[in-house]
Amino acid sequence: MITVTGARKSYGAFAALDGVSIDIPAGSLTALLGPSGSGKSTLLRSVAGLEGLDEGSVVINGKDVTGIPPQQRGIGFVFQHYAAFKHMTVRDNVAFGLRIRRRPKTEIARKVDELLEIVGLAGFQHRYPAQLSGGQRQRMALARALAVDPEVLLLDEPFGALDAQVRADLRRWLRRLHDEVHVTTVLVTHDQEEALDVADRIAVLNKGRIEQVGDPQALYDRPANDFVMSFLGQVAHLGGRLVRPHDIVLSRDRAEAYAADARVTGSPGVVSAQVDRIVRLGFEVRVELTSEEGSRLEVQTTRGTADELALLPGETVFARVAHPVAEALAG
Amino acid sequence: MRTSTSARWSLRLLALAYLTALLAVPVVLILWRTFELGLGAFLASVQTPAAISALNLSLFIVAVVVPLNVVFGIVTALALVRGRFRGKGLLQAVVDLPFAVSPVVVGVSLILLWGAGGWFGALDRAGFKVIFGVPGMVLATLFVTLPFVVREVEPVLHEIGTDQEQAAATLGANGWQTFWRITLPALRWGLTYGVVLTVARALGEFGAVIMVSSGFAGVSQTLTLLVHSRYVDDQNTYGAYAAATLLMGLAVLTLLLMSVLNRTRRTT
Repeated sequence: MITVTGARKSYGAFAALDGVSIDIPAGSLTALLGPSGSGKSTLLRSVAGLEGLDEGSVVINGKDVTGIPPQQRGIGFVFQHYAAFKHMTVRDNVAFGLRIRRRPKTEIARKVDELLEIVGLAGFQHRYPAQLSGGQRQRMALARALAVDPEVLLLDEPFGALDAQVRADLRRWLRRLHDEVHVTTVLVTHDQEEALDVADRIAVLNKGRIEQVGDPQALYDRPANDFVMSFLGQVAHLGGRLVRPHDIVLSRDRAEAYAADARVTGSPGVVSAQVDRIVRLGFEVRVELTSEEGSRLEVQTTRGTADELALLPGETVFARVAHPVAEALAG
Repeated sequence: MRTSTSARWSLRLLALAYLTALLAVPVVLILWRTFELGLGAFLASVQTPAAISALNLSLFIVAVVVPLNVVFGIVTALALVRGRFRGKGLLQAVVDLPFAVSPVVVGVSLILLWGAGGWFGALDRAGFKVIFGVPGMVLATLFVTLPFVVREVEPVLHEIGTDQEQAAATLGANGWQTFWRITLPALRWGLTYGVVLTVARALGEFGAVIMVSSGFAGVSQTLTLLVHSRYVDDQNTYGAYAAATLLMGLAVLTLLLMSVLNRTRRTT
């Protein structure tokens, strides 16, 4: 359990954290999600003690650690660029924290082997970080952080420096690891897909403040405001409202469109639009349109629906929402 | 742009000829002159009391200057890269001063400062000879070698950043442990190169040292001064060649030693 209360931190005139309070439940995997400059990394680094707060407090498992240096906070930290100890082998990297704690040699050897097994680096003990791929280095860094049995595991954009395929693999792997180890984990990311994929709780940050905290589904379906709605998932503008692009239905028949729309309470209405382009992304089909007012509109639909409609560029269609839509609750 | 084969070869030949004429020929010439008369003559020439004293003095100066420069160099480089303080620009400039100032000027200014009539002249009058003694030669060598370690360590510090040190802190290492286990090993290549340059310069320094040395053979001559005095004062050209070869041998030894030391702590 991590509790941050009233955290403020400024760099000159720039407020990185502007009064942030958040509870992170024990055993959860929480993602701090936000654009760059939103304060998510600063928040994580202040939990770790790598950054001091101007105001506010940090409590980890009931212990106030606000003024305590990172060494004594009982944390594990994973950096975006691995921060591998380049002059040490994989084994020595992972053993570092245990050696600092002067644990017996046999215990260190056993623990290191066990962790390397878990992160899939058994057999790489004697390699140097330069001889590992990015994904392997980050798994080594994770083993290193876990070796000291941290009370909380903090990850700062851990997959940010990796390519798309490795990212996707590693985050699924992290999810499985978390399900096994159950250590309270906080992950910073600017990638909404990553947050939705691994986290069981998401906190959306913007301009040094927390916009909304909740489980991924709740945030997606009931965003507190337009910022959360547009940051978590894609949005389209329809009739002056923000809606999800997959909630939009296209039809060729004007009368049918209006009839269907009348059954949806609080709908933004029917908009006629011209098809510009149809992009087929496998199962998903993206239709790009220009509405009668001249604004651009993107609609996500499935392959089956698109084939039925048999749309062609230049045709005019009628767009409406399928059901009462996910909509920002305020703002 | 593609260069023709003939142009490429003539460029290579030109570069090679240039290096040969400028570097290889003089060195080979000295080696040849030294060993022309056989190994025995060389050994006899470098085992005279004056030569042994000069060798000892040169090594002594190196032994004092290198550790001081290593400590000062690392601390200064850390301050320049990590520190935020007023006068950083000034410190940058001061570190480079020895590159800009002629060694002879260094010698003169040391005399002005430490000589019998200088600011710290009281020390001299009390019987502790700085100028025309070993302390003066150490000071002069310190002055001219000061930038090497700083300037070699600084870019490495920039490159490694602070991530590794922060990682060590989150793993429980205190400042001292982090320095010894993380920072210092990460710096070792820059440090090695700085030390090699410092040793080479300390062995070879002439201008600054000759100003503050009494120049007595067997008392206050370094190897470099010995080469000069044998050649100019004693008209002993062979002796000068032999001493010069010894000097080169020391430099090569330093290089070998440092690379071996680094290999035993193998990395990357």
